[in-house]
Amino acid sequence: MNLAVRDVRHNLGRFLLTCLGLSLLLGVVLSMIGIYRGLVDEALTLVRSPGADLWIVESGTRGPFAEASRIPGDERDAVARLAGVAAAGSLTFQSVETAHRGRTLRLYVVGYEPGRPGEPKRLAAGRLITRSHYEMLADRRAGLEIGERVRLGRDVYEVVGLTDGVVASGGDPVVHLTLRDSQRLQFELDPPAARRELARGGRPAGLDTVNAVVARVLPGVPEARVAAEAARWKHLAALTQGEQEGLLLKSVVEKARRQIGLFTAILMAVSAVVIALILYTLTMDKVKAIATLKLIGAPDRTIVALIVQQALAMGVIGWSAGTLLILLAKDHFPRRLLLLPDDALMLGAAVLVLCVVASGLGVRLALKVDPATALGG
Amino acid sequence: MATPLVELRGIAKTYGSGEAAVHALKDTDLRVYPGQVVGLLGPSGSGKTTLLNLIGCIVEPTRGRMDLDGETVYDNRWLKSDLRRLRLEKIGFIFQFHNLLPFLTAEENVAVALDLAGVSGAEARRRARALLDYLEVGHRRASLPSRLSGGEAQRVAIARALANRPRIILADEPTAALDSGRAGMVMDLLRRLALEQRAAVLVVTHDETIFGRFDHAVSLRDGQVEAGG
Repeated sequence: MNLAVRDVRHNLGRFLLTCLGLSLLLGVVLSMIGIYRGLVDEALTLVRSPGADLWIVESGTRGPFAEASRIPGDERDAVARLAGVAAAGSLTFQSVETAHRGRTLRLYVVGYEPGRPGEPKRLAAGRLITRSHYEMLADRRAGLEIGERVRLGRDVYEVVGLTDGVVASGGDPVVHLTLRDSQRLQFELDPPAARRELARGGRPAGLDTVNAVVARVLPGVPEARVAAEAARWKHLAALTQGEQEGLLLKSVVEKARRQIGLFTAILMAVSAVVIALILYTLTMDKVKAIATLKLIGAPDRTIVALIVQQALAMGVIGWSAGTLLILLAKDHFPRRLLLLPDDALMLGAAVLVLCVVASGLGVRLALKVDPATALGG
Repeated sequence: MATPLVELRGIAKTYGSGEAAVHALKDTDLRVYPGQVVGLLGPSGSGKTTLLNLIGCIVEPTRGRMDLDGETVYDNRWLKSDLRRLRLEKIGFIFQFHNLLPFLTAEENVAVALDLAGVSGAEARRRARALLDYLEVGHRRASLPSRLSGGEAQRVAIARALANRPRIILADEPTAALDSGRAGMVMDLLRRLALEQRAAVLVVTHDETIFGRFDHAVSLRDGQVEAGG
């Protein structure tokens, strides 16, 4: 006879309410893990978007994502001529904020050369940029529609295509412009500033500067070998795609990872304390019943099973409901929440271990109950 | 004369030590034979409950010898599991306030004692139903204890105490929560069980209306048998 099931059945409302509370707590834990995964995924999306094997950046810097990098635009041709390189393309990166339809739109602008590495690999809708100027590809997260016109700097751009899930590490949606447009947006002075420069005898600033050059290597050619070749130029540094991803995670995501990790650990500790207190209280309520069971000859394992099985049931129900809750709510989070089956299963296993450990308080209390408690009033 | 089911010789129980020592029982001798219904009487603090706890293997005597159904208990070889087995197989407990498990139905409350003794689920339920029918409370077998009247709950508790056909039945104020009519019914029932199952029944009570229903009454005062041991 399973006493735990019968006890739960008898106090079903209270048990389910407790499970609901626990599921909310575990849902928060799971969402924190999902936010971290989403953060990493979003950060890598932008780096992976060009489909590059190599990143050529300014010497002494760690690339356009970890720190500022500026190199002359014509370096693309030099890189393209390196042995083993199949194709190369220049890229610029820049954050912009613009007013659009009465709201502030924060965007991350990527400038690329159509037809060269750096062009988005997939579009969710519309077409790629075909004109030299004033066309843009926007990510769906920006909330823009095809045909919509958006002012960036001093020019207006028309959305001709939509990407899906391409965002910057800060969560801002990415828009793609042609390299020329993005260079003008980033480097061209506005007319008053340009006139002032001319008046003080300065030369007009050159616009042909890029933040990085990306390259694809030929099949069978080791990326590291081509990177070493490129790095021989003193004014350039070269990173493989793997190194670039590693750098990005280490420099941009690391603090967020620690922050979320610590918060998740605190939440898990809170969950453990809550579970332990709930089980202790549930056991306190059953002291007389436990004493009676002991008096009529129930072995300790029957008493322990009663408590541990309830703890496990609470953990399983709480975890399942929490996971379901987050699955239903994940698309309503402002930033991407990526739920991986492995993470959910790991949390489930941790919750089960936590439940067994947390039931220790209740088990200890139950084992100390004197059978004589059942006698008398 | 038959062999006593319960035999206590020079049993003493002291709580604490030194000046704070409380001598709950002092050199107590007692014999209870099969089929006997014995009353343990005495004022509060006289040692009745301690004696019941000792015979029920809940507390260990400080000294003396105790034999239950031919087994000498606490002879330095007894383990906690032996005591549990003895309680399960040979002793039935009836409480003042029935102490039914609130989350089990009447039938499950009886079946749980059989389940603990290793009787299979279906057989345990069949025997539980038979016992409840025997105690004329079979029609309430699906009810939770909170839905039973005082008399019904006490009869279910008696059914549970009898489930494993114990040789020794210990009842702690079994009629305290009942009116005189139901108290008489419970005592009649205990007598019938003592005779039919050749069991020894020990009843701790303050209820003077049932004093006349015992075969034998043991009166305790200040931890010593005053009369009847």
